[in-house]
Amino acid sequence: MTPATVRELSDTIASANGPLRILGGGTRQALGECCLGAPLGTANLSGITLYEPEALTLVAQAGTPMAELQAVLRSENQQFAFEPMDHRQILGSGGNPTLGGVVACNVSGPRRLSAGACRDSLLGVSLVDGRGNIIKNGGRVMKNVTGYDLVKLMAGSYGTLGVLTELSFRVLPIPEASATLCLHQLSVGQASAVMARAIGSANEISGATYFDHTVHLRIEGLEASVAHRLGVLKDLFHEHEISVETAPDAHAEIWRGIRDVTPLCEKRGNIWRLHIKPSDAPEVMNRLSAAEIRYDSMLDWGGGLIWLCLSRDFDLRKSLEGIAGHASLIRGSGFAAVPPTSNAVARLSAGLRGKFDPRGILNAGILG
Amino acid sequence: MEMPIPDQAVLDNKTKIVALLKEVLPPHAVIHHISETRAYECDALTAYRCPPMIAVLPETTQQVSDVLKICHAHNVPVVPRGSGTSLAGGALPTADSVVLGVAKLNDVLETDYKNRFVRVQSGRTNLSVTGAVQEQGFFYAPDPSSQLACAIAGNIGMNSGGAHCLKYGVTTNNLLGVTIVMMDGEVVEIGGPYMDANGLDLLGVICGSEGQLGVVTEATLRILHKPVSARPVLVAFDENEVAGACVAEIIRAGVLPVAIEFMDRLCIETSENFSDAGYPDANALLIIEVEGAEVEIEEQLEKIINIAQRHNPIEIRQSKSEEESAKIWLGRKSAFGAIGQISDYMCLDGTIPVSKLPYVLRRTAELSEEYGLRVGNVFHAGDGNMHPLILFDANKKGDLERCEAMGAEILRLCVEVGGCLTGEHGVGVEKRNLMFDQYSQEDIEAQLWVKDVFDPKWLLNAAKVFPLAATQTRRAR
Repeated sequence: MTPATVRELSDTIASANGPLRILGGGTRQALGECCLGAPLGTANLSGITLYEPEALTLVAQAGTPMAELQAVLRSENQQFAFEPMDHRQILGSGGNPTLGGVVACNVSGPRRLSAGACRDSLLGVSLVDGRGNIIKNGGRVMKNVTGYDLVKLMAGSYGTLGVLTELSFRVLPIPEASATLCLHQLSVGQASAVMARAIGSANEISGATYFDHTVHLRIEGLEASVAHRLGVLKDLFHEHEISVETAPDAHAEIWRGIRDVTPLCEKRGNIWRLHIKPSDAPEVMNRLSAAEIRYDSMLDWGGGLIWLCLSRDFDLRKSLEGIAGHASLIRGSGFAAVPPTSNAVARLSAGLRGKFDPRGILNAGILG
Repeated sequence: MEMPIPDQAVLDNKTKIVALLKEVLPPHAVIHHISETRAYECDALTAYRCPPMIAVLPETTQQVSDVLKICHAHNVPVVPRGSGTSLAGGALPTADSVVLGVAKLNDVLETDYKNRFVRVQSGRTNLSVTGAVQEQGFFYAPDPSSQLACAIAGNIGMNSGGAHCLKYGVTTNNLLGVTIVMMDGEVVEIGGPYMDANGLDLLGVICGSEGQLGVVTEATLRILHKPVSARPVLVAFDENEVAGACVAEIIRAGVLPVAIEFMDRLCIETSENFSDAGYPDANALLIIEVEGAEVEIEEQLEKIINIAQRHNPIEIRQSKSEEESAKIWLGRKSAFGAIGQISDYMCLDGTIPVSKLPYVLRRTAELSEEYGLRVGNVFHAGDGNMHPLILFDANKKGDLERCEAMGAEILRLCVEVGGCLTGEHGVGVEKRNLMFDQYSQEDIEAQLWVKDVFDPKWLLNAAKVFPLAATQTRRAR
């Protein structure tokens, strides 16, 4: 089923007599728990509704391919600031990512550190809930506190509260210049300290990652500003082995790889995504080392996000006891994909799902 | 202002409820004499007043929980209150309510510079959060005009913004976690000192829920390192519309100032008379602030000034010193107070798409003619958050009503051009009857479901945000 209009979508859902599996471009179907149902595609709800570059606003239907949106934004020298990752490589999936999928999974990339997550750029949503009601919330302006913020609630809800139909975003200019400062041969402890120091300075770091014993710090902005901050950072870390990348193509390539977790894609094992307090990163690594297992890792967001590739039988969650945060299994098996929540959060979430989808037919079970 | 009819059974039960509250709170924290409850009869929307039945000032999350358990068990409506600076009547009590003030919950619980967050109790004022971290060079970014007085609890309730949110976002973009007490007394932790809370984004819906979903007692807030310095430039124009076009072009050019503030003639002249800021004689004025190291400031200002020069400015005034910067901001910061000196006024808060600025300013001027009430415009132009100030005479019969009617028309205009009723002040009681101008029955119903889940008995601040008729059956159950 791929309804051609929101009205048709509403009828389809209202008259459904069994579970539905929402399908955008199909590139992220492996995320979340196993979830079965008749495929309900959004491919025909596609196209840009409104784009006002001078107001930094883009409104598009949920089934619009990301590639199409990114091309249109690029032609106006703008972009989605939250740098959504493309999951195809790490999940080995085909298809074309859509805007709806990005929002449903609240997908953000390295620049989440400075620009916020997908939900922070999202200004408005339209959706069809589990009874077929057509609902909108938010709008197309940056400041809006009119009523409850269901916009944030929809971002990352994995389709369990409704099928997204239209989304409005705040977009931002593509920075005039950018540069990456690489600090080589660092232990995870040193890397963590270096990243904390850089991000905690006035230099507006827009990417901070660590893999292959190397910290990458990204700065973006106007040309003189980037040159200035690069100088400040070089001074700050003069005792380290440093290299700098400013060539636009090479630079873009580095961060595309980081965004899509390329360093781990070819590795065999379970792929985990871990959200923690950045300074806990070395402790996490210590525990993995102590467990004497083989692992590969990539730190992003200054250590606040850790991508791990671990052997399939290793219980990461158990090994992290006492560390605040949560771990999701992105690729692999043997454990729940979705991290458990506290009883209260689980009860409130179930309550909300019960209201928006009382029959429990939308992506049932995908969040556990 | 229409408010729900007080529940007589609750009023009759006052003595018992006071006694129960005194069992869980220190005696001085339970305020129940009318001479004292009057202090809580209104917030900054002073046109509407109603003393609560009781006010309580708990000092711990446990005490908040104890209070809510008692109120829950006896069906007592609860109105949470931060510092009472709401311009929308968000903390306006009902006669049968317990006002739960968080003012005594004002400690800093944890500062962590390595991970760039601070955990505070929610009664702490906005500015004192920055005060707690500024020695290390950090600050908390959202900066509502009332930041000296307003509490983090209220900031979270209203998802407060400020002049600098063009760059740094509003409260919801700077909030990592909360401790929230549900109406039945259960204490719940949501989010924490890491990015992106687990599961559905409950934090996102709690922020901006105007105290209707729970009482937030602690918050984990993102802090940032202060920029090296900041500097404003003032650009004066002959016409509002040209100023609007200049704003659009600056944003389009890829420069992102931290603030772009707009003032029209009435506000310029009034502030000038009041504060001696030295503003030029102009119909419209922009204050554009940029941040960074010296070289970065110069680079941004150069681009901005190049653009401004293409719009026939009357004057471009670059600040050359701290004093000059302060002076440029002085007039803007005293605009509300200055208007208050010459007249009663009502401050609106609608947001519009930036591209619609010229049209909305023109329509507002027409409405001003029609209603015979003067309007001053001073607002955050970068994000389209308007603050039309409608001048009226509270002592003149019918003036307030005329002012409210005109305000409603301006807000409908904001919605009509693709904007919204309120950008940062919240709905409260002030704008609840306009909700159906922005949202359909289904849209509102979806919001009411959220309240059903968090507060099934509809006891928390229940007379706010939505038209009373829309919540009548729920409040009555």
